[in-house]
Amino acid sequence: MARIKHPKILTASDLKQGDVIFFTGTGWSRHHLDAKPAQTDGEIAALEAQAKADVAANRILDVQIIDVALREDGRPEPIHYREKMRTLGPSVRRDLGKQAAS
Amino acid sequence: MNVPVKPQHFYSYDEFDAAFVRSRVAEFREQVQRRLSGALTEEEFRPLRLMNGLYLQLHAYMLRIAVPYGTLSSTQMRQFAHIAEKWDKGYGHFTTRQNIQFNWPKLVDVPDILDALADVNMHAIQTSGNCIRNVTADHFSGVAADEIADPRPTAELLRQWSSNHPEFSFLPRKFKVAVSGAVHDRAATRVHDVGLRIVQNEGGEIGYEVLAGGGLGRTPMVGHIVREFLPKAELLPYMEALMRVYNSHGRRDNKFKARIKILVHETGLDEIREQIEAEFESLDKAAIAADPAEIARIEAQFVPPAYEALPDVSDVMKKAKAANSEFARFVDINTAPHKQAGYTIVTVSLKPIGGVPGDATAAQMRVLAEVSDKYSLSELRVSHEQNIVLPYVKKDDLFALWQELKAADLATANASLITDIISCPGLDYCSLATARSIPIAQAISERFADPDRQRLIGKLGIKISGCINACGHHHVAGIGILGLEKSGEESYQITLGGDPTLSASIGERLGPGLRAEEVPDAIERIVGVYLAHRDLDEDFIHTYRRIGHDAFKSALVTGTPRAPAASPLDQGGGI
Repeated sequence: MARIKHPKILTASDLKQGDVIFFTGTGWSRHHLDAKPAQTDGEIAALEAQAKADVAANRILDVQIIDVALREDGRPEPIHYREKMRTLGPSVRRDLGKQAAS
Repeated sequence: MNVPVKPQHFYSYDEFDAAFVRSRVAEFREQVQRRLSGALTEEEFRPLRLMNGLYLQLHAYMLRIAVPYGTLSSTQMRQFAHIAEKWDKGYGHFTTRQNIQFNWPKLVDVPDILDALADVNMHAIQTSGNCIRNVTADHFSGVAADEIADPRPTAELLRQWSSNHPEFSFLPRKFKVAVSGAVHDRAATRVHDVGLRIVQNEGGEIGYEVLAGGGLGRTPMVGHIVREFLPKAELLPYMEALMRVYNSHGRRDNKFKARIKILVHETGLDEIREQIEAEFESLDKAAIAADPAEIARIEAQFVPPAYEALPDVSDVMKKAKAANSEFARFVDINTAPHKQAGYTIVTVSLKPIGGVPGDATAAQMRVLAEVSDKYSLSELRVSHEQNIVLPYVKKDDLFALWQELKAADLATANASLITDIISCPGLDYCSLATARSIPIAQAISERFADPDRQRLIGKLGIKISGCINACGHHHVAGIGILGLEKSGEESYQITLGGDPTLSASIGERLGPGLRAEEVPDAIERIVGVYLAHRDLDEDFIHTYRRIGHDAFKSALVTGTPRAPAASPLDQGGGI
């Protein structure tokens, strides 16, 4: 299977709560560091299939597969500033969003 | 729960209004249940939630609530505080279309929120979608010294006519109407899809000057006069005709060319005018026009309050001003002439230095409700400048009011000054945004924090949008700032010379995009050019028009210029 330029992760919004969530390989987490990166076309196709299934199961909406860089520990960090914002919360309200818990 | 709404001098729901709103809440509650059960897919549900003001944004759902023509009672403001605390995160954001947005509601809670809104005669209907949106109006309606007639009865009539109008619920694109009844245009009528200006003809008859084809977004345009004088009684038939022409010929093939401004531009003003008039003539006007009794019923709800007979000069206020320079500054900057002697209009700025433009905490909302009960006949207004207006304040009460506002961090004396910045939520909240806008507003606000310096600079509007959709109205700012993406980074274009008033103009781009950290310095240099060239008491836009755009180009020279940014992420929107 061909390698890709950037690893990718699957992200979406939780239907009931609206929270930004990330696919871990076995389920969904609110923390992007838990996301399972895909590094081949085949793994990306698996993420797409997962997204389709969970949209159909009415768990998620607004699905996106985004580029990430892998940290030394192998965990993913989004590359684009928009996606970084989604992992944190509003930059003008550090007391809100995911960043508030860290 | 039935909360007494207690509106003082504006429209109160009748039984039909109340039943209609309740039925919509019940309908949406069922739709949410069907969505959660899987009976509705997101594709099916999305238009339904948008019809009820519910968006999905960057971090969460967002609920946009209509504040009809920006008019609120203290009870309604208290209900916002209650909603903010019970179902959101303790604050709300007042928008550039006189609405309020909550940034963190959960889908499962939204029906309860809508029920709480219905308790106080409010809803979120038509705050999204390709319909006629919440009609906006001059935030000084009914009290401005320069007013010809109160525009709110017209706005209310249009609200009732357009609510759930079967023919105009699926327009080519969203449709925004603003109404002004004063000599000065504070409602930005020339940059709306339709602007209605209440005017008096040579015979002394009150009617409307009708403007169409204005708008901001990716193709900013100033509206044109399509009817110089429309008799008041013919408003609904004419609007019906205008909307039919747009609904029939507005482009549905391209959402970026679907607004009426494009139709007017591509068709030509004379031709579009003829089409509207032809449609107008073909209508059964009597059948469409509002029943005079209904107009009278609406107008009766906007009658002026029983003002006290007061001298126009308040000795109490004069003494307090003499004794307290901070209060004196507030009076000079944040009050406006009232049509009634002894009264004044107070602007409560939601732009504290370094704050988030338009945000108010639940505690501040309660203070605003409280002071409106004590000092403003329980009525408030939301301005499109994202401030709150208290319309009926006795000058004798102003010092007491100011003290209470100050205790709640609501007494910033900067109305219309350089730190009274309009800003959309930008990428901090909005899924359409291509860059952040609030941090830029905060940095500029802090740079120009000195109140004496602000006063020296005088009236100067800075408006910031986080994408080409222009919800921050940057095109019509003296200094406009547009956030875009350039090569994976946030980039900011500056425009100069925009004007939202009767002398409306679209700002012209000054030069290449800047990095965020370069923006305050660039604004500083632009202000420097202005101060160096202005005549005595000349405001920014007049100096700009007199000395010309090129005189300001040097303001960007010491920055680190980059190529102009054109974002691949921008999507349609704006006014």
